Amino acid sequence: MAESSSLLGFVHRRRRGAELFLLVLALAVGLGGYVAVGIGVEGTVPADYVGYGLWLAGLMVAAHVAVRLVAPYADPVLLPVVAALNGLGLAVIQRLDFDLDTALARRQLGWMTIGVVLFVVTLVAIRDHRVLSRFTYTSGLAAIVLLITPQLPIIGNEVNGARIWVQVGPINFQPGEIAKVLLVITFAGYLQLHRDALALAGRRVLFVDLPRGRDLGPILGMWAVSLGILVVQRDLGSSLLFFGLFLVMLYVSTERPGWLVVGGGLFVVGAFLGYQAFGHVQTRFNTWLHPFDYYDGDLGANSYQLVEGMFGMAWGGLIGRGFGQGDPTRIPEVESDFIMAAIGEELGLTAVLAVLVLYGLIVERALRAALISRDDFGKLMAVGLGTIFALQVFVVIGGVTRLIPLTGLTTSFLSYGGSSLVMSWVIVALLLRISDQARRPLPDLAQVEEPDADEESTQVIKL
Amino acid sequence: MNKPIRTLATFSLILFLALMLNATYLQFWAAGDLDADARNRRVKEESFASERGAILVNRTPVAESEPSDDQYQYQRVYPEPLKYAPLTGYFSFGDSTGLESSQNAVLSGDDPRLFVRRLVDLLSNEQKRGGNVQLTIDPAAQQAAYDGLKAISPDVEGAVVALEPSTGKILAMVSLPTFDPNDLSSHDFGANDRNYQKLLKDDGDPLVNRAVQTRLFPGSTFKVVTATAGLESGKYEKSADAMVPGGDSYTLPLSTKQVTNEGRDCGSGEITLRQAMENSCNTTFAAMAADVGSEAMLEQSEKFGFNSTYLEDLPGQVQSVYPSDPDESQTAQTGFGQFEVQATPLQMAMVAAAIAADGDVMRPYVVEEVQSAEYDAQTTDPTKISTAMDPDTAEVLTEVMVSTVDEGTATAAQIPDVAVAGKTGTAQRGTDDPPYAWFISFAPADDPQVAVAVMIEEAPGRDIAGGALGGPIAKAITEAVLK
Repeated sequence: MAESSSLLGFVHRRRRGAELFLLVLALAVGLGGYVAVGIGVEGTVPADYVGYGLWLAGLMVAAHVAVRLVAPYADPVLLPVVAALNGLGLAVIQRLDFDLDTALARRQLGWMTIGVVLFVVTLVAIRDHRVLSRFTYTSGLAAIVLLITPQLPIIGNEVNGARIWVQVGPINFQPGEIAKVLLVITFAGYLQLHRDALALAGRRVLFVDLPRGRDLGPILGMWAVSLGILVVQRDLGSSLLFFGLFLVMLYVSTERPGWLVVGGGLFVVGAFLGYQAFGHVQTRFNTWLHPFDYYDGDLGANSYQLVEGMFGMAWGGLIGRGFGQGDPTRIPEVESDFIMAAIGEELGLTAVLAVLVLYGLIVERALRAALISRDDFGKLMAVGLGTIFALQVFVVIGGVTRLIPLTGLTTSFLSYGGSSLVMSWVIVALLLRISDQARRPLPDLAQVEEPDADEESTQVIKL
Repeated sequence: MNKPIRTLATFSLILFLALMLNATYLQFWAAGDLDADARNRRVKEESFASERGAILVNRTPVAESEPSDDQYQYQRVYPEPLKYAPLTGYFSFGDSTGLESSQNAVLSGDDPRLFVRRLVDLLSNEQKRGGNVQLTIDPAAQQAAYDGLKAISPDVEGAVVALEPSTGKILAMVSLPTFDPNDLSSHDFGANDRNYQKLLKDDGDPLVNRAVQTRLFPGSTFKVVTATAGLESGKYEKSADAMVPGGDSYTLPLSTKQVTNEGRDCGSGEITLRQAMENSCNTTFAAMAADVGSEAMLEQSEKFGFNSTYLEDLPGQVQSVYPSDPDESQTAQTGFGQFEVQATPLQMAMVAAAIAADGDVMRPYVVEEVQSAEYDAQTTDPTKISTAMDPDTAEVLTEVMVSTVDEGTATAAQIPDVAVAGKTGTAQRGTDDPPYAWFISFAPADDPQVAVAVMIEEAPGRDIAGGALGGPIAKAITEAVLK
C-alpha cells in the first residue's frame, strides 16, 4: 500500500500544526481537570495552577518539539491523546489525594516527567525501529530475566498478594511493564524471520489450517511462560496479557486463523487448569458471577472492591457527581486499578465513554501505523504495541465494569503507578517512530541508481 | 499481513463497543437498581447528609435540617419531638418512618415536581436542596390533644385524631406513648441503635402510631354506624324519634346468650332512636344490626372506609375491619361494636366526620402543601372517597348525637353555647383486662368544623369509661379548633 501510494505520487503530510492544536486541547483537559478538582473539593482555584499548567505545557511542548525534530512525519493524533489521558489521570489522582490524604499526584507528575524524558530519549536514540530487530533474542532473554527478578529474595517485593515488584533502593517498580515492551520486540523479530514456516506448513482440518506439530514449539513455550506467571506470580492480568499479545502477533504474521484456534484452545485449557488449581482464580470467577453474594455477607468480602466500584459508577450516572461530590475512596485501590470507577462516579458515563474513545483512538492509530508500515518488523511491532493497549484497557475496564472477571492491570496513563506510566510513554514513542517511518516519503532511489557507467565515463560540460 | 490487521481492527472495535455498552448499562440502565440496593452506603450517606426540606406546621418546623460540623453536613432536628413523633417519624441512617419516609421524595429533593428546581441547581452548581412539606395540623388542636391524653395517666396508651369534616384534613394526630425522634436521628449510629432497641423492647410500643396502626373493638361508638345502616335500610323512619327496638335484654339469635344494657334505661318494647343513642342501648343496636342483616352492615361499614386503605400521606395504615361473613348472632354483636369489628382511631374519626359532612367521606390527609425551595407550592386537593349516607340520615344522626352530649352518656364533652354531637364507647375485650375507652364527636352541629376520635387502650390507675376519659379531650380539641 505504501509503495502504491508513493507510485501515485502520494506523500503523507506532516501535520505537526494539527498535533500542536490538539495538544492545546489536551492541555485544556489536564489543566481544566486540575482547576476543577480545586474548585470541586476545596471551593477555590488551586493556588499553583499557573505553575502546574506551565509544567504540563512544558512537558507537552518538549514532546512536541522532539517529534517535530526527529519524527516529523509521525502520527499527529497519538501524542495529544496520551497527553489528554495523562492530564486527566493526574487530575483524578489529585482529587483522590484530598480524600486519601496522600500526595500521589505530585509523584505521578514526577513519573510523567520521567516518562516524557524517556519518550524524547527513545525518539532521539532510535532513529529507525528496525535496529531493534537486532536485539530479538537479547530482549527476549532480558524480558525473562525481568519477569524472574521479583522472585529473587532481596529485591523482590510482594504487594497485595502479587509478587510482581522489585525494590532497588528507594525505587519500587514492576519489571513486568518493561518486559511487555521487550517481549513485543522479541515476538516481532522472531515472527518476522519464521513467519513463512509458521504460515505455510500445516494440515487442513475442518476448514481450518492447523500448524505442524514441530512449529508449535514457540506457542507452547509462551503458553508455559504465561502459566508460569499465573502460578508463580499469581498475576492473572499479566498472564492473560502476555499470552494474548503473542497470539495476536502470531495470527497477524502468519495470517492463519488456525493459530487463534490452537491458542484459544490452550487458553481454555490454561484457564480451566488455573480454575481447578488455584483458589484465587476460583474466587475471581465466583465474585464475577455473583458479586453481591461476596460483598459483605457470610462468603466474605471478596467483591467489596468490585461492588463499591459498581455502586460508585451507578451513582455517577450520566454526568457524574462532579469532582469532590462523590465518594470514590470507598473503593480500595481506586487510584490504580479502579481509577475508571472514580472517573465514572465523579465525571459520569460521559467521561467514561470519552476515555474509551481516546483509548480506541490509540489502538486505531497503532493499527493504522501497522497497516502502512513498509517493513514486517514495523508492522508486527505496531500491532503488538497497539494490542498491549487494547488488551490492557479491555481487561481492566472490562473487569471494573464487570464485563469479564476482574484481573489486576493498570489503566495506561490514567492509573497511579510509575512503571506503567513511564513504559506507556516509551511505547508511544516507539509507535510514533514506526508511524514516522511509515509515513515518511520514500527516499528517491531513482537518483541513486540512475548514474550508470556511460554517464560516468563522459562528462558534458555546459557553459 | 494487512488482512489480519484489518480483522484485528474490527475485533478491537467490537471490544471497545462492548466496553461502552457495558458502561452504559451499568451507569444508565442498572443505575437505578444499584442506587436502590440496601447495601449502597453512598446513597444512604448522601440522603443522610444532605439538606432536607422541613416539615412545617403553620410555618413552624417540626422537623428540619440544621448545619452540622461533623462528617455529615446536616443534622435532622425535631423541635417538638414527643408531640409530633407519630407524624414526622424519624430519619436515621438508611431508615425512616412516618412523613420522613412517605414524603422522602419531596424532602430530599428527588420529587419530579421539583425537577425544574433541581435543573437550576445543577446549572448553577448548587447542592440539591429538598422541598418543604406543610401539614394540615392545627397546632392548638395538636397541643390540646397531646395535653389531654397525657393528663389521663403518665403511662396512658391511646390515640387521638381530629379531622376537618368538609375536607378530610387531619387537624390533630397524637399517639401515646411516644418517642423522641432526635434520639434515633443523631450522627452517633451506636447510640441510635441502642435507643431503637430500647424502644422496641418497651411494652408500650412507643414506635407504633396508634392513630392509624392499631385497630381495636370500637364498642359503642360503632352504634352510629349501625344506626346509619338502619336508617339507610328504610326499615326505620328517618327521624330522631323513630321507634326502634328497646328492652333491657336481647337474646342473641341461635343462642341463649343475653345482651344487656348494664343498667341504663332502654325501656321495653320500642323506644325512640334518640333514647337508644343517649343511653347507648346495646339491645337496640344488636336488634337493629340483626334486622338489617350482615350484608347491609358490611356495605355500610365499607362506605365509611372499613376494609380499605385510604391514608396516603403516612405509611403503615392498617385497615379497619368489618367481618366478611358473620352469622346472625355475630351480626347482632357487631351492632354494638363487638365480635370481630375493629377500627382505628382514624377510622372512627372518619365516621364522625362523614356524619358531620352530610354523608361525604373525605380522604384523610395531612400534607397540606409541598413547597420547593422557591416556594412554588402545590396544595393538596381534598378528595371524596364515597357517600356514606343521605343528608337527611346525617341530619337525624346529628340530632341524636347532640342529644347524647346534652342529655345522655357523653355529657363530658359539652361546650357552652356550642352544639356538640358525640358518642361514647367502652369496648369489652372479652377477658379480665379493662375495656377500651372510645369517644367520637363533632362540632358545631349546625356547621361542623372538627370531628374527633379519642381511643384509650390502657390508662393505668384510671377507671376506663369512654365518656369520662375521652369526653374532656374531645372538648378541649374542639375548643382549640373553634378558638
